[in-house]
Amino acid sequence: MTPWTPIARLEEIPRQGARVVATPEGAIAVFRTLDDRVFALLDRCPHKGGPLSQGIVHGARVACPLHNWVIELDSGQAVAPDEGCVRRFETRLENGMVAIALPDSLVGP
Amino acid sequence: MSKPKLVLVGNGMAGVRTLEELLKLAPGKYDITVFGAEPHPNYNRILLSPVLAGEKKLDDIILNDEDWYAGHGITLHKGKTVVAIDRGRRRVRTEDGTVAGYDRLLLATGSMPFILPVPGRDLEGVVGFRDIRDVERMLEASEKHRHAVVIGGGLLGLEAANGLKKRGMNVTVVHLLDTLMERQLDKPAAALLQRALENSGLSFKLEAQTEALLGEGRVRAVRFKDGSEIPADLVVMAVGIRPNIELAKAAGIHCERGILVSDTMQTFDPQVYAVGECVQHRGELFGLVAPLFEQAKVCANHLAEFGIARYRGSVTSTKLKVTGIDLFSAGEYQGGPGFEELLFQDPSRGVYKKLVVRDNKVAGAVLYGDTVDGAWYFQMMRDGTDISAFREHILFGQAHVGDSGHGAESHAARLAEDAEVCGCNGVCKKTIVDAIIQKKLFTLDEVRAHTKASASCGSCTGLVEQLLQSTLGSDYSVSPAKKPLCRCTDLTHEEVREAVRTHGPKTIPQLMGALGWRTPDGCHTCRPALNYYLLCQWPGEYRDDPQSRFINERVHANIQKDGTYSVVPRIWGGVTNPRELRAIADVAEKFRVPCVKITGGQRIDLLGVPKARLPAIWAELGKHGLVSGHAYGKSLRTVKTCVGKEWCRFGTQDSTTLGIELEKMTWGSWTPAKVKMAVSGCPRNCAEATIKDFGVVAVDSGWELHVGGNGGVKVRATDFLCKVQTDEEVMEYAAAYLQLYREEARYLERTAHWIERVGLPYVHSRIVDDAEGREALRARFLESQRKAQIDPWAERAQGAERHEFEPLTLRERNNHACIA
Repeated sequence: MTPWTPIARLEEIPRQGARVVATPEGAIAVFRTLDDRVFALLDRCPHKGGPLSQGIVHGARVACPLHNWVIELDSGQAVAPDEGCVRRFETRLENGMVAIALPDSLVGP
Repeated sequence: MSKPKLVLVGNGMAGVRTLEELLKLAPGKYDITVFGAEPHPNYNRILLSPVLAGEKKLDDIILNDEDWYAGHGITLHKGKTVVAIDRGRRRVRTEDGTVAGYDRLLLATGSMPFILPVPGRDLEGVVGFRDIRDVERMLEASEKHRHAVVIGGGLLGLEAANGLKKRGMNVTVVHLLDTLMERQLDKPAAALLQRALENSGLSFKLEAQTEALLGEGRVRAVRFKDGSEIPADLVVMAVGIRPNIELAKAAGIHCERGILVSDTMQTFDPQVYAVGECVQHRGELFGLVAPLFEQAKVCANHLAEFGIARYRGSVTSTKLKVTGIDLFSAGEYQGGPGFEELLFQDPSRGVYKKLVVRDNKVAGAVLYGDTVDGAWYFQMMRDGTDISAFREHILFGQAHVGDSGHGAESHAARLAEDAEVCGCNGVCKKTIVDAIIQKKLFTLDEVRAHTKASASCGSCTGLVEQLLQSTLGSDYSVSPAKKPLCRCTDLTHEEVREAVRTHGPKTIPQLMGALGWRTPDGCHTCRPALNYYLLCQWPGEYRDDPQSRFINERVHANIQKDGTYSVVPRIWGGVTNPRELRAIADVAEKFRVPCVKITGGQRIDLLGVPKARLPAIWAELGKHGLVSGHAYGKSLRTVKTCVGKEWCRFGTQDSTTLGIELEKMTWGSWTPAKVKMAVSGCPRNCAEATIKDFGVVAVDSGWELHVGGNGGVKVRATDFLCKVQTDEEVMEYAAAYLQLYREEARYLERTAHWIERVGLPYVHSRIVDDAEGREALRARFLESQRKAQIDPWAERAQGAERHEFEPLTLRERNNHACIA
């Protein structure tokens, strides 16, 4: 059972951009695409740990700012030929409020 | 609703490559059926020579095994020849009566070896050299028989002859003309080749016209027009190929020598496409693999109904696949009136190089014995590079023009397996070769995508191309002459820029819409380029799109490997004072900056700043008059100076004052790539002005202006542009030069590469010779600067783009809905 944790109103996240949410186990990047879909990934590129939240968002992908690995936002998978995967979190958009499914361990006391 | 049906006739390299490209663009769009006359899946026909020579096995050259077809849901009919197309009912029929309907038909029927119409051509032991069956027949013959005659001294004939000789046969090559490979080689190179092949044991009979093949049942001898005869148990006809068009012709599709296709690879029946050796495009036929693959790309684009690609013909090069012989040929190799020839000959080493040049551009090349630079010459030929600057060294190769990167090391083939080929990405030879073999890569772009080799600075491109050549042992697929900006479009940088100038769309989405971008919002490669082109074209009017900026330019700081940022305040001309230094020291202490470093550009770098603290640091620095140094941008970085005549006992001019003036004029400008400048107060050049994008060196009577230098992976010293008298002139020329670069270079192209591409004479003609044009360029630069010179740090310290710097926080969970 993973409860929804609200984090921001949709308009607080720039289109084709991302915001970062700090959690006790590291930062989570929350992305908003051109067509207003929202995705959440651990903010660590599977390659060298680059902050994905700082990358250029295009389609439902983001390019890591350190070495240009491209990561699929909906699966966390690196786009071929690169190979790797980053942890993803479910997101929900309800009444303009973005929520992510965070295990209790990531919400903190 | 059922999917439309696509039928491919011809299970060879061109047809199947088209399917591969189509599956990339629009997977699942069609129900696909493939008919192939041969009983094999798609294999690499250009590697038949190494198979014949025993250097490769049949299994090694299979490109798509049966699992591939099954995995993509493709119905494969091997060993079934299509004998009729019913265009009215849109269906095809095979010899054995199999019928398949189509909505789109793709013809890739390839070509047939041309068999001389001489008596005896039907005898046993007379074969072409075209498919696996031919190779099998030749191998059978080599086991039982002794004498082979190859008719045709072209590429294919020589490869066949070499293979048969390796199999132990006694081989004579018969050729109608007096030189071998006359379609690729001039006479001197052909003579060298013939001598080398003779030394390896082949015999030649040139200027010989075959009259008849003699024998009963099996061929026994070849007789010539002059009455002479030579013994032959095997005759290989390699006098040429002709497009296989019978099927298309019978179906009423318009053919001349090949099946006529338009630039969209469509035949006269718009439901029917054709690619490969069976087509005739703008009067040309095709026999090499590179154009076939380019056609496949275009055809797939139209089958996917994207409708934007055009095939406009190909520039090709060839390489002979005979072990131990290095031979390269491309373009107008013969020369003649209107052309100049540059020659290098070293007969005792067996080296011959000829470059054919027109208007200071490479028009063709023949290389024998030393083909290391083939890829380099070919690249310049395709790009139309002006070679006047290094013409006198060009025959000595890339290593001698100071542009070699790692290419100078040695022959790719001779490199050790663990030798590093790509220094930027740390890729060694073995990694590249393994990737080429295991992942079946054909092009430079594919190798770049899979291994990252040559994907960064590009200086090892020539080496990687050589590895492709030596691994595939063949005329591998060269990248198309026209390099698209990125995968979202087929347009080049130049075409996009032209559209920005003339079409008038003033936002990125409008521009992408007008130019038929394949993706809804581009990618990380094209968006920053489009943003720059629009910004440059419409200063003040275009609204910069932060989401299309690389992170450094979006947040005006340099991202570091741990995700923190570095802060570099501007220090005008490298001259500072105790007050500024104290302010920087105070900031470093107050914000506990972990590392303070003097940069190479005479400034101070504060490293390790968390993103959220950037606005506060900038506010503090701003209080003391310190502004952004743009150390993070494709923009003017620094103007390095020496102390000049104010202090230096050798100084002849006031270099610091001029440097500061230059920096005051140019700071804040966005450019295609970073720009560094320097001013030296005397010819000792302590400011190292001759490795800068724009360098100024004082002489007694004024200033020398130097352009197009850089340090970095490949050091390039500047070219001397001109000499001017006054400080005002330096400013004027600098502004005009920067604006020319801003308006005409490709995004991410440094001045060094730009000048190598367009040539110094061009820059000279625009900046030095044309006073009116120079003034207009300068005016446009200054106008653009009026809008650009706003300190981005001050804006953000006051709250602009706040969302960029503040993290979100977790909010109270207001409901307890759960997910599974």
